[in-house]
Amino acid sequence: MTTVDLNALRFLPESQRLDRQDYQGRQSTLCKGCGHNSIASQIIAVAYELGINPSYIIKLSGIGCSSKSPAYFLGRSHGFNALHGRMPSVATGAVTANRHLLAIGVSGDGDTGSIGMGQFKHITRRNVRMVYIIENNGVYGLTKGQFSATADMGQETKYAGRNELPPIDLCLEALAGEATFVARSFAGAPKQVKTLLKAALSHNGTAILDIISPCVAFNDHASSTKSYAYGRSNQYPLQDMTFVPSEEEIMINEENYDAQGEQVVELHDGSRIILKKLDKGDHDPTDREAAVRLLEDARSSMNGVPKFITGLIYVDPDRQTLSEAIGMTETPLSHLSEEQLRPSRESLEKMMKGLM
Amino acid sequence: MGDSVQTAERAAPSPATATRINDFQMIVATINGTGSQTSNTAILRALFKMGIPVNGKNIFPSNIQGLPTWFTIRVSKDGYTARRETNEILVAMNPNTAVEDAQQLPSGGICLYDEVFVTDQRYRGFGFEESRDDISYHRLPIDALLKEVDVPKALQDRVRNMVYVGALAHLIGITLESLEEALIHHFKGKEKPVALNMNAIKAAHAWAQENLQTASPYRVEAMNETEGMILIDGNSAGALGAVYGGMTFLAWYPITPSTSLADAATAYANHLRVDENGRKNFAIVQAEDELAAIGMVLGAGWAGARAFTCTSGPGISLMSEFAGMAYFAEIPSVIWDVQRMGPSTGLPTRTSQGDLMSAYLLGHGDTHHVVLMPNDPKEAFEFGWRAFDLADELQTLVFVLSDLDLGMNQWMSDPFDYPDEPMKRGKVLSAEDLEERNGKWYRFVDEDGDGVGYRTLPGTEHWNAAYFARGTGHNKYAVYSERADDWVENLERLRRKFDTARTLVPKPIVHGKKGNPIGIIAYGTSDTAVLEARDYLAEAEIDTCYLRLRALPIEETTRAFIEEHERIYVVENNYDGQLANILRMELPEYATRFITMAHADGWPLTANWITETLKQHEAAQKN
Repeated sequence: MTTVDLNALRFLPESQRLDRQDYQGRQSTLCKGCGHNSIASQIIAVAYELGINPSYIIKLSGIGCSSKSPAYFLGRSHGFNALHGRMPSVATGAVTANRHLLAIGVSGDGDTGSIGMGQFKHITRRNVRMVYIIENNGVYGLTKGQFSATADMGQETKYAGRNELPPIDLCLEALAGEATFVARSFAGAPKQVKTLLKAALSHNGTAILDIISPCVAFNDHASSTKSYAYGRSNQYPLQDMTFVPSEEEIMINEENYDAQGEQVVELHDGSRIILKKLDKGDHDPTDREAAVRLLEDARSSMNGVPKFITGLIYVDPDRQTLSEAIGMTETPLSHLSEEQLRPSRESLEKMMKGLM
Repeated sequence: MGDSVQTAERAAPSPATATRINDFQMIVATINGTGSQTSNTAILRALFKMGIPVNGKNIFPSNIQGLPTWFTIRVSKDGYTARRETNEILVAMNPNTAVEDAQQLPSGGICLYDEVFVTDQRYRGFGFEESRDDISYHRLPIDALLKEVDVPKALQDRVRNMVYVGALAHLIGITLESLEEALIHHFKGKEKPVALNMNAIKAAHAWAQENLQTASPYRVEAMNETEGMILIDGNSAGALGAVYGGMTFLAWYPITPSTSLADAATAYANHLRVDENGRKNFAIVQAEDELAAIGMVLGAGWAGARAFTCTSGPGISLMSEFAGMAYFAEIPSVIWDVQRMGPSTGLPTRTSQGDLMSAYLLGHGDTHHVVLMPNDPKEAFEFGWRAFDLADELQTLVFVLSDLDLGMNQWMSDPFDYPDEPMKRGKVLSAEDLEERNGKWYRFVDEDGDGVGYRTLPGTEHWNAAYFARGTGHNKYAVYSERADDWVENLERLRRKFDTARTLVPKPIVHGKKGNPIGIIAYGTSDTAVLEARDYLAEAEIDTCYLRLRALPIEETTRAFIEEHERIYVVENNYDGQLANILRMELPEYATRFITMAHADGWPLTANWITETLKQHEAAQKN
C-alpha cells in the first residue's frame, strides 16, 4: 500500500547520477589491510553502481573499529556514531521517524555479539528496515586484542592467550531472532559482498550481513578462522549470486531456472536475486529450517572448527516491517504540519468537559 | 461484647464535640486486586461533583493481588489538597491490617468494617471491636446485602466494595445522585455496570439508614468550589500534553509509576492523531529495555521527530549513557521521569522527589540537563507540550520530573489551557535554506551567539546537508577531532547554550510580600503541602515568602529571591536535600542561607510536617 515511490527517492535518475568519488568518505584511520576498509569500498561501489541518492541514506554504528568506518564512506549522507552495542535502537528510531530513509548500520562482533546482543535480537524481531553489517573478526581491536564472543574455541592470540569458550554464531542468533534476511560473507570476497549488499539494500526488513573481516593487527594468523588465509582457502559459497535491480528485466526464461539449478527470489521493491546453485550444495534460502540446519551442520563439522559457509542463508521478503506493523503514516514525521500534529482547540475543550 | 452480633454499630462513648463539615480525611483499607479502585474513585468523584475540594491518594503495594492497599480521600472546605497524617474515617475491608488500621484513628474516629471480621470462624479471636473503645464501629453485612441485590455470582467480587460506598454515603452525607454521576463517568455512560453498582450502593444506603443511627461527627455538605474544574491524574495530563505538543514518537519500557503515562499517550494519540486513512501520524514502540527506549528516542529526535520516553528512577539510571549522548550530540529528546523510591523492590510504588540531582546531571563528562517540574495536572499538561518546544529550540535532552503522587493519583485541576503559541521547531535548515546559503553551514558553529547551532535532518535533499553525529570528539564543523582546543571550545559553547536555557525555561512562581526574612523554596508536588503550611505558619505569626521552582537551570527570579531572604528553607521529598545542594552548588555566594528541609518515607509531604519542622528551626534561630 505504498503511496510514495520510494525507489524514485532513494535512487537517482540516470541523468542525475553522481560520480564514484561523490560516495567516498573521509580518509580511513583503520589499519592498512583491515577487512573493514574493503567492506567500506564495496559500500561505495554499490552506492555508485545503483545510483543511490545519498540524501536518503543514513549510516549508523556503535563503538569499535567497525563502528568508525561509516565516516569512511558516503560522505554526503547523514551519519550517527552511537553508543557501544546500541546502534540498533538508534536506527529503529531514525528509520521509524522517516520511512523514506535507507539505513546502513555497521557493527562489529563485540558490538553485536556481546554488549549489543539484546538490541541485535530485538531489531531482527521487529524487522526494522535496514542493512545491518557485522564486521566480524573475533577480537576487540581498539582495546588491543581481547577475544570476542565469536572467537573460535581453543584459538590462541598473543594478548589474550587461549580461548576456552565456544563461539556464538551470529547468523544462527539472527535466525533465532526471526531475522528476515541472513547472509554471511568474507571481506576477501568483494564480488559476493557487493551482491549481498545490493540485495540487502532492497530488502524490506532487517538484513543481517555477517561479514568475516580479518583484523590484521590481532587475529590474522594461521590458526585463526577469521584470517585472510583461512577465508581464502576455506570459504564455501552456497550459491553464485546475481542481483537484478527492479527496473531491469531478467532476460532468462524463468521456467528453466529449476532445471538449470537456479532460483529467483523477488524482493519487496521488485528487484530479484538470482541464485545459481553450485555443485557443492542445494540450499534453499527461503526455507528457515534448512537455514538453521545448514548453520548447525557447518558448526559441528571439522572437529569443532566451523565450516566457513558464505552466501544468502535465509530470506523472507514478505514479513511486515515495524513501521508497517504499527500502522503509521508513510510521511516522514518531521514533515507533518502543525495542523496534523496538534489536535484542535475544540477537541481539548471537549476532553476537559468530559473530566468535569 | 462477647461473640454475639446484635447491633450493627457501637458508638464511641464520648462522641466528638462538634460536627466537622468538609474538613477531614478518610482511608479505605482493602486487599490489592479486589477492585476497590472503582469504588474509591467513585467516592472521590462524587465528592468532587458535590463541589467539595478533594484529593485522593492510592497507597498500593508492588503486587497484583493479595497485599494490602489503602486509599485516602481528603475533603477540605479550604481547598487544601495535600496529604494529611490523620484519617478520621476508616473503611476496613482487609482483615490482615484492620486492627492496625483502626489503631491509627483519632479518638472519636469512625470505622466501617466488613462484619466477617466478627462473624467468620477464620477471624475468631480477632477481637476487632475490642481493640479500641474510643471510636465508633459500624459493621456492614456485606455478603447478606450482596445477596439481596441479586448480583450475578461472577460479578459479586466487583461490586462488593460498593457496599461500603453506600453505607459511607449515608454516614457522612454523600448524595446518591453524585455517586451515580461518578459511576456514569467511570463507566463512560454504559448503563449496565452503572445500574449494577448503583443497586448495590442503594441497597447498602437503605440498610444503613435503617441500621446505622449514630450521627457521624464528620460530614460533607455540598459546596460550589469545584465548578469548572476537572479531576485527572498527572500521567494522563502529561500524556495529553505530549499529544497536543505534537509528539510523534514514543518508545518506552513498562515501569511503575510511569506505565500509565505511556498507556494514556497511546490511548489519546489513537483517538486524536489518526488521519482520514486510518494511518497514525505517530509511532509508539514498546522497547526491550530503557536503554533501547532512549536510543530509539535519540534516533527519532535526530531524524526530526518530537520524541519522548517515560520512565522512573531505575530507568534513568539505565538511560544515563544516552542522556550524555543527547547532550553532546545535541539531539532534541524528552524523558518523563515519574519518580518513585528505589532501587529494586521494596518501595517502588511509593512516591519521592529523589531523582532531581541525577536527572539534572545525568551522563558522564560535564552534562547538565533542562529539568521541568510540574506541580499539578495542569502544569503536567503544559510541560507535556512545552518540553518538545524546549528540546527542539535548545537541541538537547529535556527532563520532565513528575512523581508517583502526581502521576498516579487523581487531582483537582483547572481545565488545561490550549497551547498559546505555535510549535517551535528550532533551528532546522531545509534544502531551500541551504540553497539560500549556497550550501554554507556548519553544525556546531554558534552563528547567533546563543550556543545553539543549526541542524539538518536526514532526508534533506541537498548535496551539503549531511553531517556526522557523535558524542565527544568533534569540532564545530561536526568533523571528528581529538584536539584539545576543539573540545574546550565545544564545552564553552555548550555552557553558553545552557545559559540560553535559563532564559527559556518556565519561570518560578513567587508568593508572599517582600521584606520578609524567611523564604521557602519547593517544587513539584510538595507545593500543596507548602501552601497549606504557610497558612498555619502565618497563624503562628511566622510569615513566609515562597518560591515554587518550576525548572532547572535556575534563572534571575530565583537568584533575586534568594538574595532577598536571610533564611531559605528548601522543602523536598527526598533525604539528602537534593535541590538545596544544587542551589548551594550553583550559588555558592549564598550557600549558607539554605536550610535543608527534606523528608523521604514514601509518602507525600504534609503541611503539618513542614509547619512543625520550620517552627523548630525558627525557634532554634531565636535561641
